[in-house]
Amino acid sequence: MQLGSIVIDAATPVAVRPWHEIVQETLKRNDVKLVTYVPDRVFTPLIKNLHADPDFLTFPTAREEEALGIVSGAWMGGRRGAVLMQTSGFGTIPNVLASLVVPYQVPAIMFVSERGTLGEFNLGQALVCRTMRPVLESLAVEFHTITRHDELEFIVDRSIKQAVATQAAVAFILSPLLTGGKVFQA
Amino acid sequence: MLDRREFVGKLLLDRKNLLVIAGLGSPTYDVAACGDHPLNFYLWGAMGSAAMIGLGLALAQPAHRVLVLTGDGEALMGLGSLATIGVKQPGNLVIVVLDNQRYGETGMQPSHTRAGIDLVAVAKACKFADGIHVSEIGAVNRIRDLVHNGAGPILVQARISSDAAPRVLPIRDGHAIKLRFMEALSDL
Repeated sequence: MQLGSIVIDAATPVAVRPWHEIVQETLKRNDVKLVTYVPDRVFTPLIKNLHADPDFLTFPTAREEEALGIVSGAWMGGRRGAVLMQTSGFGTIPNVLASLVVPYQVPAIMFVSERGTLGEFNLGQALVCRTMRPVLESLAVEFHTITRHDELEFIVDRSIKQAVATQAAVAFILSPLLTGGKVFQA
Repeated sequence: MLDRREFVGKLLLDRKNLLVIAGLGSPTYDVAACGDHPLNFYLWGAMGSAAMIGLGLALAQPAHRVLVLTGDGEALMGLGSLATIGVKQPGNLVIVVLDNQRYGETGMQPSHTRAGIDLVAVAKACKFADGIHVSEIGAVNRIRDLVHNGAGPILVQARISSDAAPRVLPIRDGHAIKLRFMEALSDL
């Protein structure tokens, strides 16, 4: 294995669609066609395919907080948006969640590529990961940790519909058990 | 130097269907003081995010003009967002920074613009279509024309006096602000 390479769907039968295709199709089916992100290695195939799909407007921001602002403005303008970030990126957004997304009831759809667990090599990532769920719980933001390929589509599809219907944000934490995570040689 | 209420009042005259995002603190009070309007989106937090809310709105509503009115401290907190705007090049987005070179809400401590940090130069380095300094009220008609007709993205750094203006508080319920805005926008 190359340094920094990733294993995608290591435990998934070859015939099954990759997790990122399921995410992309589920977003499209629910008319979530604006995707802003700060890059993450695990999300690389999803980001590449979203850019290649003319149905989506996909672009990076300099900081995750910006991406939440953009999807908030877009929602007000009638366009549904999702944000892709890494665990450490989540650590930059509590203020914009607490003072914009939650009180203004913006149905922001957040995907977090989970680092800091199941083989993390960087202590900083492990520590920021421990702050993520307590922040979401303290703000009563709905979140799901997705570990199983066979539950991915159901959870994402139903939760997007709930977010829009109830005007409440949702976060999907994509576990290394689902994505393979970021693997480093020791 | 500009009087903030006079400048914002004249800037918003005959505003037509202009969509206005007001940064937290004094810009929100300024916009409210000029007359409440359903197409005003008042911020009570999210410091540093006003320009990005404007970008999302501008991308979702390309047929409408979007004005972000915010303060120097708020703009400084989101400098990276100017780079993101430069990448996306929204032609319908104008940012007006009301620059009193101070953090007015917290005790008038000097901000970075006090030391000469030039937000217009930053915007131009971020590939904004235009960037303008303004400090005389005589320029307000030209700025208003840019807000409605200029090819964006544009950033205006408006040097205002640090005189405090009376607080005019608009509605504070974020959900109500948002719903009112969305309903008015859908009626345009």
